[in-house]
Amino acid sequence: MSSNKVIYGLFDDDDKVLHATKTLVSKGYTVNEVYSPFPVHGLDTAMGLRYSRMAITSFIYGVLGAFLITLLMWYIMIEDWPMVIGGKPNFSYGQNLPAFIPVTFEATVFCAAHLMVITFLFRCGLYPGRGVFAGSKKYNPDPRTTDDKFLMEICEEDSKKIKKIEAIMKETGAIEIQIGEYKVKKRKKLISIKQYLKNNLSGIFKFLPKKKKS
Amino acid sequence: MHYKSPMREPLILGNKDLHDITVDIARPIETKANRWWWALFTISFAAMLWLFGCIFYLIGTGVGVWGLNNSVGWAWDITNFVWWVGIGHAGTLISAVLLLFRQKWRLSINRSSEAMTIFAVVQAGLFPLIHMGRIWMAYWIFPLPNQFGSLWVNFNSPLLWDVFAISTYFSVSLVFWYMGLIPDFAMIRDRAINPIAKKVYAFLSFGWSGRAKHWQRHEVISLVLAGLATPLVLSVHSIVSMDFATSVVAGWHTTIFPPYFVAGAIFGGFAMCQTLLLIARKVLDLQDYITIKHMEYMNIIILVTGSIVGCAYLTELFIAWYSGVELEQYAFLDRATGSYWWAYAIMMTCNVISPQLMWFKKLRRNILFTFILALFVHIGMWFERFVIIITLHRGPLPSSWHDYSPTYVEIGTFVGTCGFFLVLFLLYARTFPVIAQAELKTIVKSSSTKYNKNLHYLDKEELVKLEKINKKK
Repeated sequence: MSSNKVIYGLFDDDDKVLHATKTLVSKGYTVNEVYSPFPVHGLDTAMGLRYSRMAITSFIYGVLGAFLITLLMWYIMIEDWPMVIGGKPNFSYGQNLPAFIPVTFEATVFCAAHLMVITFLFRCGLYPGRGVFAGSKKYNPDPRTTDDKFLMEICEEDSKKIKKIEAIMKETGAIEIQIGEYKVKKRKKLISIKQYLKNNLSGIFKFLPKKKKS
Repeated sequence: MHYKSPMREPLILGNKDLHDITVDIARPIETKANRWWWALFTISFAAMLWLFGCIFYLIGTGVGVWGLNNSVGWAWDITNFVWWVGIGHAGTLISAVLLLFRQKWRLSINRSSEAMTIFAVVQAGLFPLIHMGRIWMAYWIFPLPNQFGSLWVNFNSPLLWDVFAISTYFSVSLVFWYMGLIPDFAMIRDRAINPIAKKVYAFLSFGWSGRAKHWQRHEVISLVLAGLATPLVLSVHSIVSMDFATSVVAGWHTTIFPPYFVAGAIFGGFAMCQTLLLIARKVLDLQDYITIKHMEYMNIIILVTGSIVGCAYLTELFIAWYSGVELEQYAFLDRATGSYWWAYAIMMTCNVISPQLMWFKKLRRNILFTFILALFVHIGMWFERFVIIITLHRGPLPSSWHDYSPTYVEIGTFVGTCGFFLVLFLLYARTFPVIAQAELKTIVKSSSTKYNKNLHYLDKEELVKLEKINKKK
């Protein structure tokens, strides 16, 4: 029976933890997580994390904001109650467009910024009150990682491999190594978008009535 | 890995490693306030109470308690509004524009200057509200369906643009600031010993854990927010200037207003940054992080934007003459030589002449001089807005020419907002991490004295000297 073990390696330097990650990944191990007090550049690619799509969501939200405010201003200024100011009525949205640019811009930024931040919090599972009563240990195994230490987390079942990982960690400068049985959310292995769609769409298709063989 | 520039002064002095930074930044939160803090807090708090007294009197009695008259229907309220909004701009400039330009020196000062932005916009927002007269109808500025036959707001009006600009600016700055604060609150949370403080900071930190994926996303959203905030900050003061520029008042109806207002805003905002940070670095003992070099960088920006402002003043005068419009020409002649000539003189001295002293390196690096000059800039920028607004006192109809002087209510409101601003900033300085420590830790290897001992152009003696100057008052 394989026991689900977690190896925690504590580092005291960002370059060391980056080097350790690269070494472990090059030998075929998966670094499940690294907790760090500040963003270590290059760590995400070394761990094999995919690029973040936050910027794309922001663009989509911005377009949405521009669309919604255009709809609102068109309804208010052209459709519902066209105002005649100084003998100059609002005939069409296009004719009056210059006056609507500033508000369109502001609404675009408003939606792009706020909805992106909400998406960020949602995707990271952060919310006000998280861990207040459960304690931060539930989410972060070592509180020193918000100060000056870097914690590497690797999930492994094979006891031989665990020893090897331990040796590599020590070699690359880990100052503390702990092995324990913890409940850790394992990072999903990377798959291509094509594979992802294939896996998921096949599930959708199960609901569709199967073609009867004639 | 880390590029080390051989020609630059280190940004973190005092041989600090990562843990030292944590300790230094958590210290103001974990220790008790000293007597200076309490003294300043008491004075500011009294001024704030006076502000609310003035506001209650104003709302209870009506706008008649101000010194406004038929010609000058807008005076200190709008002056203060523009002044405070302008002060806010430096914070966004430091955190957003300098992030896009990858300026490392922003890291020691961005948190406090963003806080300054938010607190300044709070003060600015008060003025349009209390000038409405009937503050309980303030929600009419929003496009809400209503019982008056769907009488909507007017999207052609720059005053409505202002509503959208200021509210977007305030909320986006707040979110940008808070997202940066989350990892730092987590640091405070993990250090806290007091169980109540631990719970409070746990609440504020949103349960931040510092995972690699979270950091990756955090960096992306910081960059995108900076990209969004940069045009936003330029748009906000442009729109504020359009409150004037889209009118048909001589002296206001000029196309130079948007860029000139933006430059002036950054100029005034950096001066406020200097004022607050020069005190904060001393009181909170952060001289190793907010160094003379940081002060010098800010002084250079004050010099550049001050020169742009000076250039704009001269352009305005030239265009008034060149336009051939008599009323326009008179408006500027009246500003410089009329009954408010002294305001114009103060503006010119404080905004155009005095910042030119920053060309001297000795003065740029002198703390006392910088502090005094920053006060001059506050005065100058306030009078700039006053000069623009007081143009109203001699409009196109000489029979309604009317001089203006403020009442104690207006003065009290202005002084009170300064108090309110300081109250917020003082509370912030003792409860929030005043330096973005998580971000600052990323440059420890590239620009601190600890890791760069041998790679630096300064030799040991020079370094000791630098540290000494830095520690001095």
